[in-house]
Amino acid sequence: MGGMAAPQVAPVETPDTDEVPAADRPWVTIVWDDPVNLMTYVTWVFQKLFGYSREKAEQLMLDVHHKGKAVVSSGARERMEHDASQLHAYGLWATVDRS
Amino acid sequence: MFRRRGDRYTATFAVDEVRVLRKVASEVVGLLTDGFDHSDPVVCRLFPEVYPEDATGTAEFRRYTEGDLKTAKIDQAGAILAALPGDSGGEVRLDAEAAEAWLRALNDARLAMGVRLEIKDGTDLGAELDDAVADDPSSSRVFQLSVYAYLGYLQESLLNALID
Repeated sequence: MGGMAAPQVAPVETPDTDEVPAADRPWVTIVWDDPVNLMTYVTWVFQKLFGYSREKAEQLMLDVHHKGKAVVSSGARERMEHDASQLHAYGLWATVDRS
Repeated sequence: MFRRRGDRYTATFAVDEVRVLRKVASEVVGLLTDGFDHSDPVVCRLFPEVYPEDATGTAEFRRYTEGDLKTAKIDQAGAILAALPGDSGGEVRLDAEAAEAWLRALNDARLAMGVRLEIKDGTDLGAELDDAVADDPSSSRVFQLSVYAYLGYLQESLLNALID
């Protein structure tokens, strides 16, 4: 990614007073189950992109498969968008959400 | 099907296989260039909404990432076209980088076909194919289902060769 022309400005949104500070509520990247991707491929992508061990990658793949989705990474919003776009390049169905 | 030979991944393709692979890779390129349209369910699957409940956020994300993603997908389909022998059968030899591009491109092609064929979780490909053959053995659905199944085997064989 990268190559954004203009610096990102904070969103012009007034936070609710009782809102937890943004830094304490990281964002997450979620991968959703789909009927086409091979289980071995999904495991391989998790290892490849995130450097996860085979065991961890397999567990995440099984979570996606059995529960319909799994959180595969968490952190700053920009980082999650980067992860999602990488996952899209590999054909996984990824979304970003607040944790 | 692919095998590892030293630091290369090789497979021998019959002329029909070469034609099928060229066709599906070209179709992916066509989808990403000529008729690129977010309302097409295939495009929607290849370029998912990153914020399903936030159209503005999704549009913003697409503005920054979609060009690169599209280029990457065209390039990976191009890796298939570049490595195929001419209009005859023959051997394909891939280095690790090309092998990974093939994996992603085969996956894109399967995703596109899966959407069009309405593949669901638990779809039994063999049964689907039997039904389609019983219905009309010369139908396009029979051909498409066979190609879809073939691409799955091919992707799996390449993946296994890479992991071994």
